[in-house]
Amino acid sequence: MKRCLLVLSAMFIAQAALADSYLVRNATVHTLAAEGTIAGADILIIDGKVTAIGPGLTAPSDARIIDASGKTVTPGLFGGMTHLGLDEIGLEPALRDYELGLGAMRPEFDVMLAFDPDSTSVGVNRVAGVTFAVVAPTPAEAGGTIIAGQGSAATLDGAVLSGSKALFVDLGSDVSALSGGSRAAQFMLLRQAFLEARTPNLVLGQDQRLLTPAGRQALLEFASGTAPLVIDVDRAADIRQVLAFAAREKLRIVISGGAEAWRVAPELAAAKVPVILDPLDDLPETFDSVGATLENAARLNRAGVRIAFSFGDPESHNVRKLRQAAGIAVAHGLPWEAGLAAITRVPAEIFGIADRVGSLAPGRAANLAIWSGDPLEVTSVAEQVFIGGKLEPQTSRQTELRDRYLDRLRQNAAR
Amino acid sequence: MKVCRLAFLLASLISACAAQPAKTSKPAPPPPRVEPAADAYPSTYHAGTSAPTLIRNATVLTGTGQRLDEADVLLVDGRISAVGHGLEAPASAQVIDGKGKWVTPGIIDVHSHLGVYPSPSVRGNDDGNEATSPTTANVWAEHSVWPQDPGFTTALVGGVTSLQILPGSANLIGGRSVVLKNVPSTTYQGMKFPGAPQGLKMACGENPKRVYGVDKKQFPATRMGDMAGYRAQWIEAQEYIRDIESYERKVKAGEKDAKPVKRDLRLDTLAAALKGELIVHMHCYRADEMATVLDMSREFGYHVAAFHHAVEAYKIANLLAENHVCGAMWADWWGFKMESYDGIQENIAMVDAAPGGCAIVHSDSEEGIQRLNQEAAKAMTMGRRAGLAESPEHAITWLTANPAKALGILDKTGTLEAGKMADVVVWNRDPFSVYALTDYVFIDGVVQYDRAHPPAKPRSDFFLGQPAAPGVTP
Repeated sequence: MKRCLLVLSAMFIAQAALADSYLVRNATVHTLAAEGTIAGADILIIDGKVTAIGPGLTAPSDARIIDASGKTVTPGLFGGMTHLGLDEIGLEPALRDYELGLGAMRPEFDVMLAFDPDSTSVGVNRVAGVTFAVVAPTPAEAGGTIIAGQGSAATLDGAVLSGSKALFVDLGSDVSALSGGSRAAQFMLLRQAFLEARTPNLVLGQDQRLLTPAGRQALLEFASGTAPLVIDVDRAADIRQVLAFAAREKLRIVISGGAEAWRVAPELAAAKVPVILDPLDDLPETFDSVGATLENAARLNRAGVRIAFSFGDPESHNVRKLRQAAGIAVAHGLPWEAGLAAITRVPAEIFGIADRVGSLAPGRAANLAIWSGDPLEVTSVAEQVFIGGKLEPQTSRQTELRDRYLDRLRQNAAR
Repeated sequence: MKVCRLAFLLASLISACAAQPAKTSKPAPPPPRVEPAADAYPSTYHAGTSAPTLIRNATVLTGTGQRLDEADVLLVDGRISAVGHGLEAPASAQVIDGKGKWVTPGIIDVHSHLGVYPSPSVRGNDDGNEATSPTTANVWAEHSVWPQDPGFTTALVGGVTSLQILPGSANLIGGRSVVLKNVPSTTYQGMKFPGAPQGLKMACGENPKRVYGVDKKQFPATRMGDMAGYRAQWIEAQEYIRDIESYERKVKAGEKDAKPVKRDLRLDTLAAALKGELIVHMHCYRADEMATVLDMSREFGYHVAAFHHAVEAYKIANLLAENHVCGAMWADWWGFKMESYDGIQENIAMVDAAPGGCAIVHSDSEEGIQRLNQEAAKAMTMGRRAGLAESPEHAITWLTANPAKALGILDKTGTLEAGKMADVVVWNRDPFSVYALTDYVFIDGVVQYDRAHPPAKPRSDFFLGQPAAPGVTP
């Protein structure tokens, strides 16, 4: 134990010695905070935090100056609800940790215990301007249940963000095989699970129980409304049932997917339930999403529903594409500011981490990206990325592969 | 050609007779014998008539590497009539003010499963992989195409005018592909690109290994098994060709005991591929496997037109260029399986940069096909960042002329050159942007999509009478 402490304090000293000051100069800064967008602004970063934003700031003598003239700065982007750090290679069962196929409902299953910040996807997406994401489970096709388990948000330097825990639940035709064949049973099972969690002295036979003692304990956190349930559901009728269920059980919920959420927009707005949707979802992939449209985001936003973005099939390797999806939502009627907020401030608010990520303000950790142009545009790239005030190297497994073969291509072409 | 026209006529006569009740009590004569046709499933696509159209004063990317500013494009009788400055419109012409707009050739997707893996993806629609044997050269993707797939319409809105529908990649040899025009039709024959050769779909690597070796514990279970599997098929096809030639020689020589060779659908397809009548498209991720397949193509004397999903093509860009093989690629997919682990965003630009290189942006996705322009924009951007010279007028070839070349239809479409099919997209702005939308999509001169005047009802029958559909666009 003593040795551990020693190591820890040595690490702390090393980090403190590394702490740098930066002055990012003369950028168009989208703060996503009260200050809005400031043209020609400087950002001062000291000891990991943003200390000032505004024109003409004076840099301390040891600060590194980064000229960002003509560039755009945003808070580091949200990658969505992802399998980052849980999925090195999707089709290799041994290289993914995001699903549980024990055949029993285990809300205590927390994927963060498997989260690997060294997974190559983390670096590849960090280079591309993504600085935080939710790391989430999905139900296993074989032996899974409609309660996938718990996940949390993390920054892409590998730090798990405390207080961001959520329980992931999947409903609808996708998972009807996991609930005995009918979506009606999905509500029946959820109802019993919460009943078991809330009634410690409930007498049930072994074969009647859904949850383990640890599972009851875990679910109680969500039953009390302190942490949200993220419920993946597309069909308008199912969303209405979810709203009614959440009201009855007094749950805090977030709709995920929500292909037909635009058809339930007034109810969602009234219940103040946010929707994390996939802006690219515009085909009836199942009969639950006959009403899927590229205008989902714009219509929900117009109706006053809070929206954030994530890919419907959780991504791991290509979460960097989410900003393109935001741009596409903008091309289909969503105001640009709402498009950027849906991959910065709003998801941070939904997961209770808006004090740390998703916006830029003095006193906040310096998580930001410097863009060559409009961050939602496919011809823009992230040029520099800060996480926790640290300037991340612009290298990843992909840049190393590129550089090795670019050299060979040039040599060969020159011959 | 005459033979197939006749066959088509006869077939339509028969169905017309069947539709009418007999007028007399006299028994109907037996139907005339129908000779087997060389082209048994012919295209019935006929472009509708269209008024001449002059698109005036737009930025034009011709698909031949040229960019013309403030230029005009004239479409007459379903063909591109002229591209240039100050064109005169015929009196009857519809004139489109192209100020601020961009004009490109219609987009061509060399790799799609629309119709064979349609939306909704329910079991009853699961028609893309005949995964019951590792070699199913006997199946034709067109026989699975469901023309009501709503994905055809969303692809059209994205500017896609032609597309190749392939069987899936479960099998070493998956079957024949078909090239379609992206037009509404009740039958696939009504979409079939007139005169486009069919392709042969083959697959390298993990998929056949997984579907057969891992899931079914049968051959092939390894990459060496994959290779042995293709080679055995080619050897059979060579024998089939030899037998047929020998029979024909005997018949010519008047030998009475000449025994005809029994027709075999599988070997028909493989023989046609060896003879160059079918275009070989091979799903192959890894650089080393592509090189091995190139050796195999020399062993049996055929040509691979394109490696699809060529995630590692950048590692052998020069080898592909030297062998005149295109790489069909995604802009940024990687890591979903071991053979895609080395994917990089510069892949397309690096394949393009090799002298003589042929890069294609493909989709393999009902989502990706809606915005191949954006996939190209990402590839162009990453290429520039890596110091490779990429311009919009060149990058547009990745999704127009180059796929047309790989499909054997470059003489008909793929560029804005006089005489070619008037497959044209008018964009509301530079198409290499996330915000770009198509204003008009022309197929053979006919407006198939007009953003300002969307159809009152969705095009696919699937949406009719669905309460959720009225808010669906377009």
